[in-house]
Amino acid sequence: MSLKAFHLLFIAAAELLLFGFAGYENYRYWELGGSRFDLWIGFASSLVGFVLLIYAWFFLRKTKDIGLI
Amino acid sequence: MKIPYTTEIREDTGLYNGKVGMWLFLASEVMLFGALFSAYVLLRIGAREGEWPHGLLNIPIGAFNTLVLITSSMTVAMSWTALKMGNFSLYRKLQVVTLACAVLFLGVKAWEYSEKFHHYEIWLNEPLTAQEYPQLAGHSTDLNAPITSIIGHIDDAGSFATLASLQEQGKSTVEIHPDEFHYRLSAREQGQRRKAERAAGGAAATSHAQAGIPIDVSNIARLSAFVPKHSTFFAMYFTLTGLHALHVLGGVLAFAYILWPASKMWRQDPERYTNSIEVTGLFWHFVDLVWIFAFPVLYLL
Repeated sequence: MSLKAFHLLFIAAAELLLFGFAGYENYRYWELGGSRFDLWIGFASSLVGFVLLIYAWFFLRKTKDIGLI
Repeated sequence: MKIPYTTEIREDTGLYNGKVGMWLFLASEVMLFGALFSAYVLLRIGAREGEWPHGLLNIPIGAFNTLVLITSSMTVAMSWTALKMGNFSLYRKLQVVTLACAVLFLGVKAWEYSEKFHHYEIWLNEPLTAQEYPQLAGHSTDLNAPITSIIGHIDDAGSFATLASLQEQGKSTVEIHPDEFHYRLSAREQGQRRKAERAAGGAAATSHAQAGIPIDVSNIARLSAFVPKHSTFFAMYFTLTGLHALHVLGGVLAFAYILWPASKMWRQDPERYTNSIEVTGLFWHFVDLVWIFAFPVLYLL
């Protein structure tokens, strides 16, 4: 597996974490009585998740000539 | 003498040797970290209700460090791409950012460790109640329930203090500023209390800045900072994050070596140089992936 493939795997794991964390922070705020700061962190986490998606698309375009092995 | 298969592909593996070697090494690393994560999960689910410390780690700081490592992985991948395109100066800039991220991560981790070394739990011989000391309101759901342990900051205790060291210093009392909540309260109980406080229009729970509680040293059964011997949780936390931090440090050394002393290889054999960044990048991604698992397991669950 090349660095390209491993990087894409890593981005996928990071996306799961970022959106999962955003969900967790929302749960803390709405269900567990967390602070407004929790809500902001959750929002920031989903924002970073979307930025990472755009980056992944950019990375794939940039490395279209490099194999996955 | 030329080292074989640094750039050319071996027929039997389909890869150059450095990459095969790195993947074999990473397989052993998976076993190492896999064993530690398995141990943590088994201990966590085997712990009795209310006895596993939770909520003691700083989630925003952990999230910030996660973002720092994700950024470093992006710059590593982009620097490798830059080398593939023959752009050495862009590679250099991106790798400097990678190193800065790694050093920032280690700095934040060191700060987090030092915070833990100043944070204490005191187990008491004679329990107190939140009725007597309103600062302990977040330590129990019942105002009259006996409170046998208090977590918080102790005035003038420094780091790593123990009961024996307090006795050696001849102290007869210590003053502890309790945390807002004790870990025995579940996240739901803490949330219900916060909601009630907000509904009441104020903050009844205490913070470190508020009045401390004087405790007689003779009333202390045990005292420990948040260090590995405090509990199984902190033993696992320091083992996992300490081992991870050592790997980050290893990555910093490898990247710095390739970036500066070994950079002349780029002029002699650019493909081999690019491969060395790919192999080191694989290691770096593994280290970051470990953190992607460690953060939710240690900080959130």
